Amino acid sequence: MTLKSANVGIVIVSHSPLVAEGAADMVRQMVGDCVPLAWSGGNAEGGLGTHPAGILAAIERAWSDAGVAVFVDLGGAETNSEMAIELLGKPRSGRVVICDAPLVEGAVIAAAEASGGAALARVVATAEELSP
Amino acid sequence: MSVLPAGEALIGGLIEACRAVITANADHLSELDRAIGDGDHGTNMRRGCEAVYAERDRLARLPLPKALEEIGLTLVMSVGGAAGPLYGTLLMEIGRRMAGTAQADFSQALEHAIEAVARRGRASAGDKTLLDVLYPVHAEVVRRAGLMGIAEQAERSAGLTFGMKAMRGRAAFLGERSIGHVDPGAKSCALLTTAICRFLKEQGPA
Repeated sequence: MTLKSANVGIVIVSHSPLVAEGAADMVRQMVGDCVPLAWSGGNAEGGLGTHPAGILAAIERAWSDAGVAVFVDLGGAETNSEMAIELLGKPRSGRVVICDAPLVEGAVIAAAEASGGAALARVVATAEELSP
Repeated sequence: MSVLPAGEALIGGLIEACRAVITANADHLSELDRAIGDGDHGTNMRRGCEAVYAERDRLARLPLPKALEEIGLTLVMSVGGAAGPLYGTLLMEIGRRMAGTAQADFSQALEHAIEAVARRGRASAGDKTLLDVLYPVHAEVVRRAGLMGIAEQAERSAGLTFGMKAMRGRAAFLGERSIGHVDPGAKSCALLTTAICRFLKEQGPA
């Protein structure tokens, strides 16, 4: 009998805590809890924005040795996510990918793919197929 | 700029000078940001400067490259928005590059760091960002323009973003409507450059 490897984790990053939490809630309800999932929304003071420390913490919470797929909304969310991934340090930073996909749809479909045990590259590709 | 005054006085003084200029201009920076962004650039920068200021005694005891790296990391963690990673990357990369070379060459370290900022923000010259101040400042450093020459160039360059159309950041959503406003990131960059140059000049010939 082989040990089942952990599923790819999903992280949702939005400028709005409400959007991030709502999207995560949607993923949870539609996919269940077999996928590590975390969100980061808002700046350090709880206002609109994103911040690397919060994103880093979310990646840690959703950490899986299979890797983590990150979904972001606007530009700053991507910049701060890149920064957070760098702060994670090697080699783990090499197993985190920011997906070029819509936040909500991307996260849901990636989580569905991840729940079946798909590898990180497959999870990312499935989500990115949603982008025009 | 090739020979810097050394020691705790330098680092502590730079931290104080930067904090003072951001505190004095925070409202103005947020005003500029309200016109084409989300209105919090001054608040964010002030929070970052306060976080660095709170650590100034510890930072001032570090060798300059290490201090720059740690100030950068503090800015990343405290400023937020896009400015945190951009200013953070700038300082961390200057520090890393200066630490990595036996004869610390500030001009080369700055050039390398500016490229890292451009990659981080996926921006180029003319996109109406702080790069439109950093590139000209670097050019002045290369041609050894002198501290006040560098400061003047920084202010002039920030002013030139008035006529540019934003290609990156939230301002880019505004398209043509972003023209006619000074970029807040370029402005904070010019203010900081000027504050640093003034401080170094007051330190006298090193």
